[in-house]
Amino acid sequence: MADNKFAAYICSGCGIGDKLDVGTLEKIAKKEGKIQDVKTHPFLCSAEGVQLINDDIEKEGVTHVCIAACSRRAKTEAFHFPTAVMSRANLREGVLWVIAEGEAHDEVRQEMADDYVRMACAELKKMKLPDGNPNHGGNKRILVVGGGMSGMTSALEAAEAGYEVVIVEKQAQLGGWGAKLWKRVPFKAPYADPQNTGVAELVSLVSSHPRITVYLGSHLAETAGAPGRFNIKIAQESGAVSEEAVGAIVQATGFTSYDIAKLPELGGGKANVTDQAGLEALAQSANGAAIKRADGKEIKSVVFLQCAGQRDETGAHLPYCSGHCCATSIKQAMYFKDNNPDINTVVMYQDLRVPGMGEDFYRSAQNKGVTFTKGRATGVESTGATCTVNFRDLILDEDTSVSADLVVLATGQVPSAGVDLEAWNPVVMAADNGSEDAKQKKAEMQKISILNLNYRQGPDMPQFKYGFADSHFICFPYETRRTGIYAAGPVRRPMDMLQATEDATGAALKAIQAVENASLGRAAHPRSGDLSFPTARLEGCTQCKRCTVECPFGAIDEDERRFPKFNEERCRRCGTCMGACPVRVISFENYSVDTVGAQIKSVDMPDEFSEKPRILILACENDAYPALDMAGLSRTVYSAFVRIIPVRCLGSVNTIWITDALNAGYDGVMMMGCKKGDDYQCHFVKGSELAHYRMSKIGDTLSQLGLEPERVVTHEVAITDNARVAQYINDYVAQINEIGMSPMKGFV
Amino acid sequence: MSNQNQQAVARYQNNFLKEVEDRVEDGDWVKMCMQCGVCAGSCPLGDAWEHTPQKIFMMIRAGKREEVLKSDAMWMCTSCYNCIVRCPRKLPITHIMHGLANYAHRMNLAPQRQPTRVIAKIFWDNLVKTGRVNELKFSLAMYFKDGFSQGIKNAMAMQSAGLGLMKAKRLNPFEIFGGHKCKDSSGIKKMIAKAREIEDRKKGYTPL
Amino acid sequence: MAKKNYAFYPGCSSQKGASGSNFATSIGVMCDKLEIQLNEIPDWNCCGASIGYGEGGELPRLALNARNLALSAQHLPGQDMVSGCPACWLATRETAERLNEHSDLMAETNVALKEAGLTFKGGVKARHIVEVLIEDVGFAGMKAPVVKPLQGMKIAGYVGCQTNRPFGIAGESFENPLYLDKMIETVGAEAVSSFDQKVTCCGGALAFSEPEKSQKQIRDIVESAYDHGAEMIVTPCQLCQANVEIYQAEINKKHGTKLAMPVVYYSQLMSVAYGGTLKQAGLDGHLIQPNRLQEIAGK
Repeated sequence: MADNKFAAYICSGCGIGDKLDVGTLEKIAKKEGKIQDVKTHPFLCSAEGVQLINDDIEKEGVTHVCIAACSRRAKTEAFHFPTAVMSRANLREGVLWVIAEGEAHDEVRQEMADDYVRMACAELKKMKLPDGNPNHGGNKRILVVGGGMSGMTSALEAAEAGYEVVIVEKQAQLGGWGAKLWKRVPFKAPYADPQNTGVAELVSLVSSHPRITVYLGSHLAETAGAPGRFNIKIAQESGAVSEEAVGAIVQATGFTSYDIAKLPELGGGKANVTDQAGLEALAQSANGAAIKRADGKEIKSVVFLQCAGQRDETGAHLPYCSGHCCATSIKQAMYFKDNNPDINTVVMYQDLRVPGMGEDFYRSAQNKGVTFTKGRATGVESTGATCTVNFRDLILDEDTSVSADLVVLATGQVPSAGVDLEAWNPVVMAADNGSEDAKQKKAEMQKISILNLNYRQGPDMPQFKYGFADSHFICFPYETRRTGIYAAGPVRRPMDMLQATEDATGAALKAIQAVENASLGRAAHPRSGDLSFPTARLEGCTQCKRCTVECPFGAIDEDERRFPKFNEERCRRCGTCMGACPVRVISFENYSVDTVGAQIKSVDMPDEFSEKPRILILACENDAYPALDMAGLSRTVYSAFVRIIPVRCLGSVNTIWITDALNAGYDGVMMMGCKKGDDYQCHFVKGSELAHYRMSKIGDTLSQLGLEPERVVTHEVAITDNARVAQYINDYVAQINEIGMSPMKGFV
Repeated sequence: MSNQNQQAVARYQNNFLKEVEDRVEDGDWVKMCMQCGVCAGSCPLGDAWEHTPQKIFMMIRAGKREEVLKSDAMWMCTSCYNCIVRCPRKLPITHIMHGLANYAHRMNLAPQRQPTRVIAKIFWDNLVKTGRVNELKFSLAMYFKDGFSQGIKNAMAMQSAGLGLMKAKRLNPFEIFGGHKCKDSSGIKKMIAKAREIEDRKKGYTPL
Repeated sequence: MAKKNYAFYPGCSSQKGASGSNFATSIGVMCDKLEIQLNEIPDWNCCGASIGYGEGGELPRLALNARNLALSAQHLPGQDMVSGCPACWLATRETAERLNEHSDLMAETNVALKEAGLTFKGGVKARHIVEVLIEDVGFAGMKAPVVKPLQGMKIAGYVGCQTNRPFGIAGESFENPLYLDKMIETVGAEAVSSFDQKVTCCGGALAFSEPEKSQKQIRDIVESAYDHGAEMIVTPCQLCQANVEIYQAEINKKHGTKLAMPVVYYSQLMSVAYGGTLKQAGLDGHLIQPNRLQEIAGK
């Protein structure tokens, strides 16, 4: 691109022209920003204003557009110029609406606007138009791993939307757990009685669908590639291996039931003590007649023990609630009551949890005469003829017992999520270092792998709490940290059949989004449609592996020479690799160490005696920057001494920016990112956490510079924190005033 | 044990919940309790209950017949209806408590000298006689419910209030010689006797 | 304006010489000014009250109330059956609703009613006088006849239980009904809106059988009225009025307190505000004298 042509457009609408000296802004853009063509328009986002810009791009050959108007988050449809590079100076939400009114503030207000124009011009100079990933794949087929309720639903949804689907199911038939149920918990009004599962109908729909290929008795021997170009090897029971090419994957591998043999104190393993699955088997064999015990005896009384080996605080069993089991026990008690109301059915619970319309189902069971006893079982005895449940009655506060012909333990869901990468990585490292033990252990672990990914970061997706498959549970539930691979159903969190089918539908849509974006060389999500992708100047790379280890999405493998190998389709464009790189060789065309660095350096720095501190704020564009905009919308006033730069994710913040800022004389640096930890809200899962970790190490740099540790602070900010961000800013400015101005001013 | 009580035990064996559903006013609601305890927390005399409504319901489900029917608890109901309006499951708890108390009384299991039980009977007998309540006779009967000498003490204790009310024309000493009554008091007596007869038969207190 | 006609069920406590007789007196002026014509149901009987459950059983209580409903329908056809006593209203309305919903109970009740020479087919609406005031007269209507606004009086509106629960006044909350405060303000007085014992139970019939427990309730009610600056309590309930007024002396004797909080009916406030005399307002019927109200009435 030989002929770069830069133009800046300053909008004087929305009061900008009244409160700011637009002439000065023009001058700054021209002289300091070195923009050839600077224009002011009274209503830039109007059709006429936009036409002005479009004409310049088309007729005058403008390639780089700086818009000094409202926030980059506003008027995005008007200011959309796909063939030009664009930067935005936020004069409205970022200056006009947040800086105190009145003449007393005119000077600082203008200085802030001046700086934002300088910054936008400086950024623009360093930006290039992204071309999109030239090496992208275009396969739009979808692989579904698991042929249960979730998997079949995902497959049908995708197939009905016109996509070809491959199902791999390890059992010899489709249906999964659903096929083992006699009835299911009702999912339609009036939510009063067990309903048919509908699994047989679903199996026949899937089996006969022209766009669905089913592999039974099979598992994935290898998954290689990236969205749009996955190559998978399917190992069949016969020993044959088939290869398929697909564009995205839905993992719906479900759960196993917690082993009741681990619950001897509740009678696990004894005669006439079974789990919910066991009762379904008895009900299926009764086929609508009275359910008999395994020994063929008639059943006159049943006790269901809820939370068996679940919500366990001792650490011996599952610590979590599986969500469906209360409703399932209610349903199973109805199997008996509907057949013979004289059968005594007791559901013994500590907290009855029936989400959704389950409350109606609960009431229906009470109406049918199912007894609900709030109690904690302390032991189950079985003589072979009858069982006795000893329990603490939690209402009457006494130890008592109830006898039953059959005891059903409501055990929890254990996810089938494959290899736990946290356990995997140390084993691999030890194996790589030559440990024979570790090599053997690695081979053992590999056996339970579901996806057998050949990714550098391990064979399955990362696991979440309690071994469930990864899921961005707050914002994007089906998204995992493996782009193009989506988790659906009980493999990602405990759930019932209805939730699993909803999950499966969502995951299918995500898979479709992934293949469509991949085929256009664009990011799938959350930066849907982003054409930029990271490139590395390998000649400067020291092979430190930080990028390959820290990429939250396993997008970077290592090549034969141990250099990072980017798989663009797996990349979410968060820039965590860029933030990690100590030698700063990783960048995007339109987002790089330079685009931000140039902005930091472009700010006009008042001297030490000016009483005008400068504080750099690096704000996550997903939550913190919108919160700051919202502060503007609600006219929440904050200090005019801050200069805010949006970043893709705090994970992309390279420590050089901090060092540069402090060297340039900034008095403080504040970072605003999303909530981290187990209940993270970071769009890129680990970005915020990594940034916090990196900043915790910045103390050395500060002390080398002879600066106070308070000069760099980090805050967690949610998108709703519009009042809080202003408070953070004002408190910090006060704190900096207390510490005093940076001694670094004037050295550059 | 009264005859009626023996019959009930024999008839329902160990299924007290069924007995309550069949024989206690609004007893078929007991099974719908979800044990949240809002009733217990809402009762003005909650602290005085031997067992809160929540516990009574659980005891019924657990088949604790004697313990429930001999309990002092239901007799603590002031009929404030707070539990009814707050129950998230819309159980008519006040009615159930009244029904249980009445049933315990009829089975003659309720505590003999339970004061509310005693005054409830005095009140009813008072109203059945004439069709209307005679407040003076009711008050006097209540003061003497624990025997003559205690009655004098009770009456003396409330003497000033009584005199005050008389002065305020809100307690008429001449009521002792008759007082207000319905013209058709004999019809009312027959009507109540009939209603009781029907109910006793329906609920199985008396053999068919 | 033609008077509105209602079948009136006074209840035992409103009889001459009974505990609520001053209430019965006070509604005279009020109804007169508001063009309300109350036609007493001939030969009405006791509703059984809440305490009737102990001996009464369900059907005998239904029969008692059905008799009143039947008499109302027979002698005062087409008129809503109105009661001033919450217990009477509750028992009557509950009976009317239960019989309406359960045809078996209706049939059985009629077998019993036949013994008293009556039949009941339903169709009678059981209402409380307060409902008539709010729904048929309205607050503006209640305000119109005010000639002596009770200016400067601070009054705690004590709604109690049975006017409020389980039926209550349509549109009001069970936890914080506002109509009584509005009625207080309608007659020119100030309602103590912070009075936090507005819907607390006074102990009801248990004032007799469990005196300690109910007197604790009463003490809470009266002390809260004092704490929030009220000079008087007003209530729509006969039993509340009697319990809260009568037992203050008992409480003082036992606990050394000096409670002397007058307790009156809303109808007495209205009667005075409408220009009624002390006697017409039944203000000669108190153990604790509502002096300021009596003064205004005397002016």
